[in-house]
Amino acid sequence: MTNFPILSSLILIPTIGSIFLLFIKSTEKNNSIKYVALFTSLINFFLSLYLWKLFDNNISDFQFVETRIWIKNFINYKVGVDGISMLFIILATFITPLCIISVNNHVKIRLKEFLIAILLMETLMIGVFCSLDLIIFYLFFEGGLIPMFLIIGIWGGNRRVYSAFKFFLFTLVGSVLMLIAIIYIYWLSGTTDVEQLYNLGIDSKYQNYLWLAFFSSFAVKTPMWPVHTWLPDAHVEAPTAGSVLLAAVLLKMAGYGFIRFSVGLFPVASTDFIPLIFTLSLIAIIYTSLVALMQDDMKKLIAYSSVAHMGFVTLGIFTFTHQGLEGSIFQMISHGLVSAALFLSVGVVYDRMKTREIKNFRGLVNIMPKYAIMFMIFTLGALGLPGTSGFIGEFLILMGTFKKSFLAATIASVGVILGAAYMLWLYKRIIFGELLSTIKKEIMPDLKRDEIFILSTLAILIIFLGFYPEPIIKTYAVSIDNFVDVYNSKIETNLVEK
Amino acid sequence: MSYFIIFLPLLASFISGFFGRKIGSRNSEIISCILVSISAILSIIIFLEVMSGYNENLIITTWITSGSLNVNWSINIDPLSSIMLVVVTFVSSLVHVYSIGYMSHDPHKPRFMSYLSLFTFSMLILVTSDNFLQLFFGWEGVGLCSYFLIGFWFKKQSANYAAIKAFLVNRVGDFGLGLGIFLIFYVFGTVNYDEVFKLIPNIIEKKIVFLSFNFLVIDLICLLLFIGAMGKSAQIFLHTWLPDAMEGPTPVSALIHAATMVTAGVFLVVRCSPIYEYSELALNFITIIGMTTALFAASIALVQDDIKKIIAYSTCSQLGYMFFATGVGAYNVAMFHLFTHAFFKALLFLGAGSVIHSFKNEQNINHMGGIWRKLPYTYCLMIIGTLALTGFPFLSGYYSKDAIIEFAYLEKGTFSNYAATIGIITALLTSIYSWRLIFKTFHGNYNNKKINLDQMHDSPVVMLIPLIVLSIGALFSGFVFKDLLIGLDSSYLFWGDSIKFLEPLSSDHPPGWFLILTPILVILSIPLSYILFIKDRSILDHFVKINLPLYTFLKNKWYFDELYDFLFVRPLKFLGKFFWKKIDGSIIDRFGPDGISHFIKKISIFAVRFQSGFIYQYAFIMLLGFSLLLTFLIIK
Repeated sequence: MTNFPILSSLILIPTIGSIFLLFIKSTEKNNSIKYVALFTSLINFFLSLYLWKLFDNNISDFQFVETRIWIKNFINYKVGVDGISMLFIILATFITPLCIISVNNHVKIRLKEFLIAILLMETLMIGVFCSLDLIIFYLFFEGGLIPMFLIIGIWGGNRRVYSAFKFFLFTLVGSVLMLIAIIYIYWLSGTTDVEQLYNLGIDSKYQNYLWLAFFSSFAVKTPMWPVHTWLPDAHVEAPTAGSVLLAAVLLKMAGYGFIRFSVGLFPVASTDFIPLIFTLSLIAIIYTSLVALMQDDMKKLIAYSSVAHMGFVTLGIFTFTHQGLEGSIFQMISHGLVSAALFLSVGVVYDRMKTREIKNFRGLVNIMPKYAIMFMIFTLGALGLPGTSGFIGEFLILMGTFKKSFLAATIASVGVILGAAYMLWLYKRIIFGELLSTIKKEIMPDLKRDEIFILSTLAILIIFLGFYPEPIIKTYAVSIDNFVDVYNSKIETNLVEK
Repeated sequence: MSYFIIFLPLLASFISGFFGRKIGSRNSEIISCILVSISAILSIIIFLEVMSGYNENLIITTWITSGSLNVNWSINIDPLSSIMLVVVTFVSSLVHVYSIGYMSHDPHKPRFMSYLSLFTFSMLILVTSDNFLQLFFGWEGVGLCSYFLIGFWFKKQSANYAAIKAFLVNRVGDFGLGLGIFLIFYVFGTVNYDEVFKLIPNIIEKKIVFLSFNFLVIDLICLLLFIGAMGKSAQIFLHTWLPDAMEGPTPVSALIHAATMVTAGVFLVVRCSPIYEYSELALNFITIIGMTTALFAASIALVQDDIKKIIAYSTCSQLGYMFFATGVGAYNVAMFHLFTHAFFKALLFLGAGSVIHSFKNEQNINHMGGIWRKLPYTYCLMIIGTLALTGFPFLSGYYSKDAIIEFAYLEKGTFSNYAATIGIITALLTSIYSWRLIFKTFHGNYNNKKINLDQMHDSPVVMLIPLIVLSIGALFSGFVFKDLLIGLDSSYLFWGDSIKFLEPLSSDHPPGWFLILTPILVILSIPLSYILFIKDRSILDHFVKINLPLYTFLKNKWYFDELYDFLFVRPLKFLGKFFWKKIDGSIIDRFGPDGISHFIKKISIFAVRFQSGFIYQYAFIMLLGFSLLLTFLIIK
């Protein structure tokens, strides 16, 4: 089995599935397209679990590496995983089937095309997390724009075109700079192979510009303040499955990019830019938490909270400590689960009421008790209560940050208080109180079977990881150890050279 | 055995939470009562074993590892945690039983039971932790259960707001606790109690710059941890949630907001006594906060009309006593008061619940009165609770509270004499407001218009039995346990390593007049209150009239809520709106994407003009360009 190209298969299976979909006739009553899509994504999910099982936790090098020549002496198709990327692949393959199951509640037109877009999206996401060549990474990373653009632009709400273009405009500007930087790196080092670049290192006098170019792309996608304004609009207009993919996986591509490329390739520049990152992250945490507090659209509120949570992630990464980096990865995985769950929960009531305005809801616990329980668990996960996965990431990040800067950790901790404020207030306004008289019991049945399945899977995972995070921690521990060591030695040699 | 103590309540919570509807509310009540009671009996057995020297730290499994951080799930049994185990499980099991009667008309009984058991579990996790992180888990866990239970009647808007307020104010405290834990990890590289406490003597001199202030590390750690304790134990500045928390059902107030959760702050300080002993600054700070709270809360309790709020402020005040006991270094006395307080305060709350139950949810004492013949059992039990609380000689409060005042007097700290004086004044105030409550509730004229006096009847047996058990505790727990917990030599033997005294407590005796001063004041206040509140209201009315500003100040609880609303709530809401509409909308979007697309649109509109379709325009432009090019080439 050692020669079996397992990563390439993971990348290709969704695409093959989507080609199959093209040839299936879709009719109103025919669910076969959905089953084919679901089947494809489940195969991928189990394959990725198998990969996880084969994966050796005790090695920090890249594993399952495949290299194929694409353009001779220029670009190699090279993929591989280490402890850092492993978990993101699992996250992507896990979230996709959940999205597909949830689809029939909110996508009424062009279901086939929608599923094709989602499967292509999965290919691109997995590609991002395992590519070990800058050009390949760039293709996957930016390719992700296209299906997402279509998902928002075609299946979105009323202002979908505006949002789709806003999304596109923001992300494109950053990515152009990154492309230039990648070409420049090739010109400097003669290769775009990530492993080779790690070993070669990049001269510290070029690092700052290159770092800024990569930063401009990742900052938009994370999103960091002040380039975050596309996210709330994109989320509000996107259909539920689109929001879920966007929040759960797409945002993580940038966080992953920061670790793998910004810090990995340009350690010296990354150190120089700590103040910038810290400032922007802290503004993101406090600012967006306050904005979230005042929202009257549920999806917008959760979108803003995503910005705050990703602020923690960037904060953690740039502490370069074990706790900070590990916390960031954990926070990304956890946020992937929690934000997916929250967007799905909003989708549940949106499907029934066709509105997301908070003031149109009150007292849902009276008619939807199961929904109330699920939503409570996700709320707690989002506000980082101990015993949910949200706590471990946040707490580790703050511990790491505290080592670097007391002030930053203190300010970020204020964000934790605000996080509790907006989430609990949201919950109170929607779920508690007397039932609003405009809500009819007939149109608001409690959770259906498929909804229960999706939400409870997420809820169980969120709680399980809160109590027993060991499976996640074990996977990345050795890689992060090595990562921190390499970073420290590179910084030291740079100091010696100076 | 310790596994059973911890996990039986969790099991109970699961059963009534998930299967409550299937097995019916009666069954889930019975199951949770039995399971929690077993846990209580086992706790008592463990306590007896600890008395004969049993100590154990069970590691269940690892929780978080990251770099040098290594945290376990653990059950740590030592004298300190064993006494907390007894208090928590004992009061909890009684409250479980009481709730069967109190909540009998509520449709959501299994949910209520599930929350109560879950709370018990979280509290046990908190007290049996061997590290700061698990403590934090329990700390937030009890906060969550408190949130659920305060907001249990979810249709009431006020209950929901009170629940959120409790959670958020606690989060402010947790912010301090969290930073304290980060600092501990930063300094020691570990968060396990044993390892941290061992390393403390090495860092006494170490200084650190925090937010541009220069601190001794140890002072900073202690102060940060204490902020957490202030939040949970409702000390002044972070107390505002506790009176509002009375929106929850009364059994909750008895269990969470009197006997157990609010004492977690005291527990934290006592648990960290090996750290606090080295920090003079922090101990003085605790003394000041403790005595201020004791006096301040008692002053508010004097004028409140809600029966539960009076007891809530009383709790706040008693917690102040416990804190200034720790502040003067008498950790064991603080624990002793915590122990006796759990009995008589739970008794008072449950008694108040019994009164409220009889009045069909009336809580205003001005609408009660003259019912002592109708509720004889409740009346007697409330009297016992009140006597114990006020420190009537030979009841439990007498031993613990007077011991605090005595130690404050004997201790030669900066503030200790001052603290002792405040302690005596507060004891007098405590006595007055407690008797005011009793007289206005049970004596005088019957003032309720909604319910006829003949319809009043005492509570069912299932509610009275827990009261009787607690009253036994309120009567005798002081006398029985005083040697063990605060005796001069015997108590050091019992506490062992779990409490650290840098220097042994003073073994002197205070002068005779001092010893009898408080009891005399307390006894005299009974007839005094009777005259003021029943016999002759005119004295009091006159007094209020000439001191009206003071009265309104107390009545409005020192205007803390209004102040916080002005300082925090409004500005934050304003900022949120401002960031969203002005900065996101009017600046970033306007000059960002909207600006760019607008700009491009403008350019394209401009460019469109060139394509007019008239040949002569195109020819002219071409000619112009050609001649410019030519000129350029010639000049070059």
